[in-house]
Amino acid sequence: MPDTAWHIIEVVVMLLLPLLMAGGLTVVERRLLGQLQDRYGPNRVGVMGEMQVLADAVKLLGKEDWIPPFADRPVFVAAPAIILMSVLASFAVIPLTSGFAVADLNVGLLFFLAMSSLGVYSVALAGWSSRSKYPLLGGLRAAAQLLGYEVFMGMSLLGVVMMAGSFDLSTIVEGQRGLWYVGPQFVGFVVFFIAGLAETRRTPFDLPEAESELVAGYHAEYSAMKFGIFYVGEYLGITLVSALMTVLFFGGWLGPILPGWTWFLLKTSILILVVIVVRAALPRVRYDQLMSFGWKVMLPLTLINLLVTAAVILAT
Amino acid sequence: MVSPTIDLVIEFALMLAIGAAMAILFLFISHLLAPKSKNPNKDQPYECGVVPESDARAPMNVHYYLVAVLFVLFDLEAVFIYPWAISLRELGTSALVEMFVFIVILLVGYFYAWKKGVFEWE
Amino acid sequence: MSADPHTDTHGAAVDTHGHDSHGHDAHGNGCAPAGPKRPTTEELIARKAATRQEIEPGADLMTISIGPQHPSTHGVYRIVLDLDGEIIVDGRPEVGNLHRGIEKLCENRTYHQIVPLTDRLDYIASFAMNHGFCEAAEKLMGLEVPDRGRYIRTIAHELARLSNHILWLGIHVMDLGTQTFFCICFRDREYILDLWEMLCGARLTHSFARIGGVAKDLPDGFEYRCRKVMEFLPKRVAEYERIVKNNRIYYKRAKGVGVFTAEDCYAWRVTGPPLRSAGIARDLRKDEPYAAYGEVDFDVAVEYNADVYDRFLVRMKEIRESCKIILQCLDQMPDGDFISKDAGHVLPRKSEVMRQSGAMIQDFNQVFRGPQAPKGEVYRAIEVPKGEMGVYIRSEGGGKPARVRFTTPSFYHGQALPALAKGEMIADMVAIFASIDVVLGDCDR
Repeated sequence: MPDTAWHIIEVVVMLLLPLLMAGGLTVVERRLLGQLQDRYGPNRVGVMGEMQVLADAVKLLGKEDWIPPFADRPVFVAAPAIILMSVLASFAVIPLTSGFAVADLNVGLLFFLAMSSLGVYSVALAGWSSRSKYPLLGGLRAAAQLLGYEVFMGMSLLGVVMMAGSFDLSTIVEGQRGLWYVGPQFVGFVVFFIAGLAETRRTPFDLPEAESELVAGYHAEYSAMKFGIFYVGEYLGITLVSALMTVLFFGGWLGPILPGWTWFLLKTSILILVVIVVRAALPRVRYDQLMSFGWKVMLPLTLINLLVTAAVILAT
Repeated sequence: MVSPTIDLVIEFALMLAIGAAMAILFLFISHLLAPKSKNPNKDQPYECGVVPESDARAPMNVHYYLVAVLFVLFDLEAVFIYPWAISLRELGTSALVEMFVFIVILLVGYFYAWKKGVFEWE
Repeated sequence: MSADPHTDTHGAAVDTHGHDSHGHDAHGNGCAPAGPKRPTTEELIARKAATRQEIEPGADLMTISIGPQHPSTHGVYRIVLDLDGEIIVDGRPEVGNLHRGIEKLCENRTYHQIVPLTDRLDYIASFAMNHGFCEAAEKLMGLEVPDRGRYIRTIAHELARLSNHILWLGIHVMDLGTQTFFCICFRDREYILDLWEMLCGARLTHSFARIGGVAKDLPDGFEYRCRKVMEFLPKRVAEYERIVKNNRIYYKRAKGVGVFTAEDCYAWRVTGPPLRSAGIARDLRKDEPYAAYGEVDFDVAVEYNADVYDRFLVRMKEIRESCKIILQCLDQMPDGDFISKDAGHVLPRKSEVMRQSGAMIQDFNQVFRGPQAPKGEVYRAIEVPKGEMGVYIRSEGGGKPARVRFTTPSFYHGQALPALAKGEMIADMVAIFASIDVVLGDCDR
């Protein structure tokens, strides 16, 4: 059955590609931050330090897999698994190129939102189940932060949905043949970018781990590969958000001459680099500032964007 | 010939299953390879290198719990807005006005919460 | 961003002109009252009350230990916090994790041998510590430091202040979550450390001061390099200010946070930049001049809002003033000896020890018996980068002191942290702790 084989290829590609990108990102981020900060970053393993991923993986596998005796054992183990599963499953709806998506769901966007809500559980449960104070504070921060930003993350995408008239990501990409949605939906893009940073717990919204305040926050008690999964999960999250921004606002695989998937990967990579540069540039916001910014600024902004977009669409 | 819906379900099941399998595999390999050493000093929660004075399960003041309630409200609202957004063109201007009214009603509650200081630290 | 002062001056100069508000600060007026931006004490108290949360009694508190092993306690400071959610209700600081018994060790050492120990107090600005001890010992022995020695000491002290403040800035901003700025600051601190390397060979623990003067004369080429760096640093400071001030997140994190009025500072013996940020122009360099500070022209950096942001501004002004002081010292540098010729209290030059019998005997006496101090006790306070440092020496005659006591700013600043941070959030505590500039070597001794 060639159809089934094709499906399996799709699944394997959409699982391995993000994992490879996330693995590579761990090095790319450190190297790039190094360059931006006038230092080297990891440059010893391999030619340019690119084999650092392997070295890190081997190191993490060789570390003691410590489950704290005071922790809530099943939840403690399940938390990292949830984050990996939810993020990887989200990639099922991302169209790599025309017709190449694991599941061309007609509610693809909703599926992504549902999966990203699952991510909240992972972080909040990790913090709670550790039964330790720093992780607990980190988990509480994560719960409030991710819930708050979840609300307008979903609504910021509605402008795009209205313009494309569909939740299907492939249809949304096709709708951008004339003009990328980043133009008409610039407000939506900015809001989604900020919400994406918050959802992936990246600087300036890295409060759940905030190393200068909560040491390592929600994963302070994690070691070995369980920590590694959180680590990779963060980069998977960045890859996912960047891929989604590519699809929703930057015309996905659309582009001249080169085949579609190269355009997709190129745009995604550029967005990922932007996320890393943001980390190099900005300090961390405070917890209450984060909450009031999200609820007082971003939420009204999305609602206005929503109504204005609807009015403009109906007027034209 | 399987129907497209079943097909989708199978694909998702495959994706989720492989994702879960990977997570479990990572954890399992790590569990197998990892060295083990017992030490009573290790069996303490991390508290900057000192013995914790109290348990982390003690009741504590969680601020922003009202935000969680609001989250439920706004997510429900989003559930109403999603179908509206997708069929905006068919529904036309009247639906836009209705949605406007809906959001205004929602905003009344939102501003009430704002005035009540839900978005402040207490 | 090339970082060489010899090549980069022009490019950076363009930057300063683009940036309007600082050019004139550097030319004086640092402590002139600045009209509307100067709040009254009542306003400050009201502001302090506004930023700090009221805690209702009976709330469930969580006790958490911040430190000793924590990234933003700048060493091994520990504070046990009672938290209501993330609001700090109360805190109990704990010091002593880095206690090395320096004061006790001093009782077993000759005065000369104590100088390297003082390096280990505030290791970020170790010359300032050497200097403080030597001033006290000289006061005890009635030694007069030759002019050139005083000027070299002034230069060295200001170099210590520069490296301290630049490092402080990097750490402060890193505690707020950005690493890049930390790296920029570290890069610029290198210039100061390079100057130190020329001056005495060491980069961190200098032991450059000697009783009666300094260890060495200025090396060849030092003046040229030093001038270059001092002309270049104010431009760098303008760049820091451009980066940090224009950052809205930093502004929100720092402005109005950790207000500590002058009265609070007096009550907790908080000195140095935190006190000056509360509008009090107290600076021992100006008030009780030592070394060559009486002969150079500089302003005391003062700000009036007493918050984290103003402590940043004060330190930036101080960097500019330090550059001015060093340049003036280089201009006015007198000829002559850099160390006193008093054979009873001062180590001879190494080059003479192997050639002249008198110097050899002097060396033998100084090394084995120590400088013979009269009976008595002295207290000498100087302005080190972090605040006021006092040295008390009680002597019962002979080459070793009977008791040495250092009152270092970090200890007092560290104990004031609960008062500073009460009612603020954990994240603010980190910013505040960085803003009062504590080094644990200085605190625990």
